[in-house]
Amino acid sequence: MSHHLVEACGLTHVYEDDTVALRDVSFRITHGESVAIIGANGAGKSTLIMHLNGHLTPTRGEVRIGETPLTRKTLPAIRRTVGLVFQDPDDQLFMPTVYDDVAFGPRNQGLPEEEVDRRVREALECVGVWNVRAKPPYRLSGGEKKRVAIAGVLAMAPDILVMDEPTSGLDPRARRQLIGLLADFSHTRIFTSHDLDMVLELCARTIVLFEGAVMADGPTRGILTDDALLSRCQLERPLALQASAACGHCNT
Amino acid sequence: MSAPAVLAGLLDFRRLDLLATGESALHRLDARAKVIVTLVFVVCVMSFGRYSVAALLPFFVFPIAITGGARLPATLIWRKIVLVLPIALVIGLPNPLFDREPLLEVGGIGVSGGWVSMLSIMLRAMLAAAASIVLVAVTGFPAICGALERIGMPRPLAVQLLFLYRYLAVLGEDAARMVTAHELRSGGRPMSIRLYGALLGRLLLRTWDRAERIYLAMCARGFTGEFRSGGSSRFGWPEIAYVAGWCGLFLLLRTHDVTHWLGAATLGALQ
Amino acid sequence: MHMADALLSPAVGGAMCAVAAVTIAHCSRRIRNEADDRRVPLMGVLGAFLFAAQMINFAIPGTGSSGHLGGGLLLAILLGPHAAFLVVASVLIVQALFFADGGLLALGCNIFNLGFFPAFVGYPLYRWLAGTSPGSARATAAAMIAAVLSLQLGALAVVLETVASGISALPFKTFTLFMLPIHVAIGIVEGLVTAAVVAFVRRSRPGILPAAVSSGSSIAGTAMTFLAVALVLGGVGSWFASKSPDGLEWSVAQAAGAAAPGPQRTTVHVTLDRVQQEIAVLPDYGFRHEGAAAAQPQTVPHAGLENAGKARVGTSVAGMVGGAMSLVFALLIGFALKTRPGRR
Repeated sequence: MSHHLVEACGLTHVYEDDTVALRDVSFRITHGESVAIIGANGAGKSTLIMHLNGHLTPTRGEVRIGETPLTRKTLPAIRRTVGLVFQDPDDQLFMPTVYDDVAFGPRNQGLPEEEVDRRVREALECVGVWNVRAKPPYRLSGGEKKRVAIAGVLAMAPDILVMDEPTSGLDPRARRQLIGLLADFSHTRIFTSHDLDMVLELCARTIVLFEGAVMADGPTRGILTDDALLSRCQLERPLALQASAACGHCNT
Repeated sequence: MSAPAVLAGLLDFRRLDLLATGESALHRLDARAKVIVTLVFVVCVMSFGRYSVAALLPFFVFPIAITGGARLPATLIWRKIVLVLPIALVIGLPNPLFDREPLLEVGGIGVSGGWVSMLSIMLRAMLAAAASIVLVAVTGFPAICGALERIGMPRPLAVQLLFLYRYLAVLGEDAARMVTAHELRSGGRPMSIRLYGALLGRLLLRTWDRAERIYLAMCARGFTGEFRSGGSSRFGWPEIAYVAGWCGLFLLLRTHDVTHWLGAATLGALQ
Repeated sequence: MHMADALLSPAVGGAMCAVAAVTIAHCSRRIRNEADDRRVPLMGVLGAFLFAAQMINFAIPGTGSSGHLGGGLLLAILLGPHAAFLVVASVLIVQALFFADGGLLALGCNIFNLGFFPAFVGYPLYRWLAGTSPGSARATAAAMIAAVLSLQLGALAVVLETVASGISALPFKTFTLFMLPIHVAIGIVEGLVTAAVVAFVRRSRPGILPAAVSSGSSIAGTAMTFLAVALVLGGVGSWFASKSPDGLEWSVAQAAGAAAPGPQRTTVHVTLDRVQQEIAVLPDYGFRHEGAAAAQPQTVPHAGLENAGKARVGTSVAGMVGGAMSLVFALLIGFALKTRPGRR
């Protein structure tokens, strides 16, 4: 189905202070793929994410979502298709209650209130936080906030789910629950993350960025065992693939 | 010195906000009814003459009944009411100083009008505080904003209030962290104006950045400038009964000297 | 200083609520028309910022006491006057509801006193004095003058609202001579803090500060600045008037009925006397009127509810007994409601 396509063609972004954040980035992500974008801090991951739903406009090159180029006119439609979950849920949960926050997207889409209610219920139940719907966000735990943020995006029925550092700030149990949740989604999923173990678990494909350029784009396992590549890009193997101190074997 | 104060203020806010999640019949009433009754209450109480003391006392039945009826924790409510007494004392103190005409006799000693009016001021302060505290405790802030909007408050102010409510705790904690960081390195010295300015400046910049990110998050979910509210509210018979009952009582207590009658009847009966 | 419900009469409170409501409506319309969506979350979090900032205290040099930021002027510099007014209003509303600061009836007064003057008087003055690209000394001076003026006007408004309500026995003159000098000091500190924050922001992120936010016609601005200068001088003048001990002693002694020392008829006192006479003319609220009625506690009740209240005080024992009984009844009702069977 072509409308799940995410395509970057020669994407270049230069900030106002002349820092080159992205250099000629190109890739093509198809329906149902689960892709991780990894790299050191400052490699350009967040900048790239912001291009995927039109927050930033490229200096050169273009982004296409489902064969539609990203322009001012197509922006609303694209934002319905691409659901972006930010790193800090406090930035994303800006309404006074959880219910209102998840309903924000559908209401902006102009849906009738019964439909809004149905979507909110579905989204909250999908992520397992229906019971906190009346709470103000400041009273939620980190894991709950993350899940509500995802619900808020899911309620808009996007085809493509983009998440910026999904596991950052979560305690081990919340992280495990989130990974379980994300594994069940059938959307096209794009994550940026420092959590390479999560990347190994969830993403079949990985794109490595370094100083704004794509250094590698391929199956996750191959990339995360390529020590030379990882070292060049200021990364290292996930714990699951490192030699165990106890027995000296590597879990390859 | 300051970080605990900031956190204590936030704790107060959270506790009161938490009470609003209760499940009593009073909690379920439409917010407009509760707001209207509170406003009528405040106007009635403040409309008394400066020397009214006894006539104010029956008005305590309103906050007390709401506290009981909604099963609010009485000690918490009482503590918050009593908190206003020191300030009430200060603003009432000029009265005995400037109003020295004797007004009544108690056991052969003349009591000046100033003391009576000071007592009146303190009672008014307690009643005013009680009214707003129980209103928030049984209604909840978002519902109050919704009610005010339906009564006529402009949308930009309603949106502003809801955002403020949402981010108060977040920014309060940010501020508390920065103050703690300062206190850990200040060796007990109080904060100078220059440092305060720098601390606020940093907090301001972080706040500004956060606003940018929130705006992006809003746009990402289709925000075009309009806030659409959903949900309906019904102003039915329970609400009408609530408003009519309480307002009727307040007007009765305001226009008729119920306390005097009660006291005279009791004294008469005792004789 | 916050206005409190306990000192406010419904007439004054209601009038100020109406004034505040009109200003809110005007500012809301202005915000809506400017249609800058970015402003919506910004105003919200800056309100939370102001709230948090007011919870932090700093030491005021030389006094050993502490203070906190008022914030109206700072917000006006960052957001423009209309948005700043709404933000201050929102902070006051939350404070009144959650912290019983001031009170619900007094919200109109507080929103006007603490929101209108910094945004629509102090801020135009600041703009006029500081110019378009102020050096830090000029900006600091401008902020101090603007803050002092805003606080003077706010303090004067509190005095007028209190005296017009007739609940407090504090005479106009004494109250004014007490409030205005204090608020000169508070204003200076507020100006310093505001300037310090603006300077910090200008150094780190100059793009934030709007170059020249439209604040209405410049004619109104100039007129207000002239009024401003006059009032600042009046405030400073009252500072000096009150520094001479005779002035305050004289007004206290006179109110207490003791033999007054030779009255100090400075122009300040003459003006204040004249203003007080004007206010005393307001029906039912001049306390001379009440003072006369209080001298005869057994007066036949007038039609006015207020005088009826005073007549009640004359038969105080029955009133006190009745009051105590009604309190006991109220507590019994509350207890019965709380312990009634049913869902907990």
